[in-house]
Amino acid sequence: MTTLSPPQGTGRAGRSGPARVPRKQRDRRSWTGWGFIGPFMAVFALVFLAPIGYSIYLSLFRDQLVGGSTFVGFENYQRAFEDPQFWSALGRVSLFLAVQVPIMLFLALLVALALDSGRLYGANFFRISIFLPYAVPAVVATIMWSFMYGSRFGLIGNINDAFGVSIPDPLSPDLILAAIGNIVTWEFIGYNMLIFYSALRVIPHSLYEAAEIDGAGQLRVITAIKLPAIRGALVIATIFSIIGSFQLFNEPSILQKLAPNAITTYFTPNLYTYSLSFTGQQHNYAATVAIIMGLFTMVIAYAVQLRGMRKEA
Amino acid sequence: MGTPASAVRLRTPRRPRPPHSVNRPRRSLTLTLLTGLVLLYSLVPLVWLFINATKTQGSLFDSFGLWFSGDFALWDNIGKTLSYNDGAFVRWLLNTLLYVVAGAGGATLLAVLGGYALAKFTFPGKRAVFAVIIGAVAVPGTALAIPTFLMFSQMGLTNTPWAVIIPSLISPFGLYLMWVFASEAIPTELLEAARIDGSSEIGTFFRVSLPLLAPGIVTVLLFTMVATWNNYFLPLIMIKDPDWYPLTVGLNSWKDQAATAGGEAIFNLVITGSLLTIIPLVIAFLLLQRYWQSGLAAGSVKE
Repeated sequence: MTTLSPPQGTGRAGRSGPARVPRKQRDRRSWTGWGFIGPFMAVFALVFLAPIGYSIYLSLFRDQLVGGSTFVGFENYQRAFEDPQFWSALGRVSLFLAVQVPIMLFLALLVALALDSGRLYGANFFRISIFLPYAVPAVVATIMWSFMYGSRFGLIGNINDAFGVSIPDPLSPDLILAAIGNIVTWEFIGYNMLIFYSALRVIPHSLYEAAEIDGAGQLRVITAIKLPAIRGALVIATIFSIIGSFQLFNEPSILQKLAPNAITTYFTPNLYTYSLSFTGQQHNYAATVAIIMGLFTMVIAYAVQLRGMRKEA
Repeated sequence: MGTPASAVRLRTPRRPRPPHSVNRPRRSLTLTLLTGLVLLYSLVPLVWLFINATKTQGSLFDSFGLWFSGDFALWDNIGKTLSYNDGAFVRWLLNTLLYVVAGAGGATLLAVLGGYALAKFTFPGKRAVFAVIIGAVAVPGTALAIPTFLMFSQMGLTNTPWAVIIPSLISPFGLYLMWVFASEAIPTELLEAARIDGSSEIGTFFRVSLPLLAPGIVTVLLFTMVATWNNYFLPLIMIKDPDWYPLTVGLNSWKDQAATAGGEAIFNLVITGSLLTIIPLVIAFLLLQRYWQSGLAAGSVKE
């Protein structure tokens, strides 16, 4: 048994490791582990733990023009819960999450199943090409799509001219969220496809042979064997997508100059914290909103994980 | 006796087989065409980018977006992109390279050492380390960015390369991959044997473990490289001086300039610059396919 998944690995090492080693030697060895993980933990403390601690500290204070910083307890949190701009931003990313994530994951899953079925011509070309957008920075992806959306020299303009129609402007307030959803889908469809595909590849082929002997059709093989087998990958991809949706910043921020009427300063929670701290100089309140969003994301990601893993327990 | 399917395929590649079976299904034109729609969706924007990088500012506006027109201005555009504004693009490219080499290189080094420790050592506080890292991974990176900015600005680090490099040094995903990889790739018996032979821990790491970890290291390096190369939010808030911009933030400032009324319209340079920005990563991904695919496999299968 050399293959072990990490959580078991720790449990095993914790229980059986020390028992085999004489006491003196164990003590010496036990601290050597810190020599290897120490550098990571030191930087980790500086860029993860310290900012978290600092923002909790900031969220409990308020800066005043006169008198400097005063302790205000949970006043900033109370303010956030009564702040319509914060709720509007949260509502918008929740809508985004509810619509864009299922579409993207469903398409990614279909492509992964198609690749895994072995029925495609040129499957390698498909896999690499669909993954390629992942290597494109969000900035370039957004610039590209926003130019294509544009009516001046974009594809929308071309289509309007060619067919004499007028497609509604994707950068208008009504459609901007869908336009952003399309960009994000384009960027991450291949990444999710590859996560699913990798999980599908390790399903033992003997299962398929058994299913064939039992006379199971393709659809039955997918629902009874493939989908249950990649449950873990589905949960992970969902959690990554939830975190990504709540963090939405790059695409709306880059589109802001092109669609100033459609993208407000509180379009997403992250854009809101950004505007609060850099335009409004309200660092304390910005830190509060960041903490609330962090907690919110953690709770939802944790709930998805519990629900997704329930059947395995 | 269930022979592994892959072994069967390897040994009898040309032997006539039943027309379609589980291991060798019949190819389907319909399925290929349907999946082809997603393929088109993925490739058309990239094709658009390439085609429009060959156009002059004028023909951008008066020609069909998905076909070439007029003069083939790609080389001219590249020349202008590199020289515009006293070579700002080249400066940003060098900055990006600095951030990638120091940030992604450092992140990989820390992840390799840390993952090795988690996989192969028992040490006091190991459970606490797990708990802290797993808890922190769920914290959205952007939620950290603003507190980090406030902290760094008090330390006088903002507007310097350090402000971009230091936060890039931590890759929880990289640590996780190395931990899974090291658990499987390095037999504990081998380490025991090296210790009995009197090899120091550092010596064992470099001589025994590091060579075994090489494929995992390349994977982590590739993913941290993409993360640093494509990073936008962090440099956006940390760097105000255009001399220290990476390509992403620089390109966006050109785009904003082109979209602002009265600003010099340089759409052709924005498009050509975008093309130049993605080429190195696309090439890296194509050349190193084997690694990122196995890396994602390790990351998705184990949890």
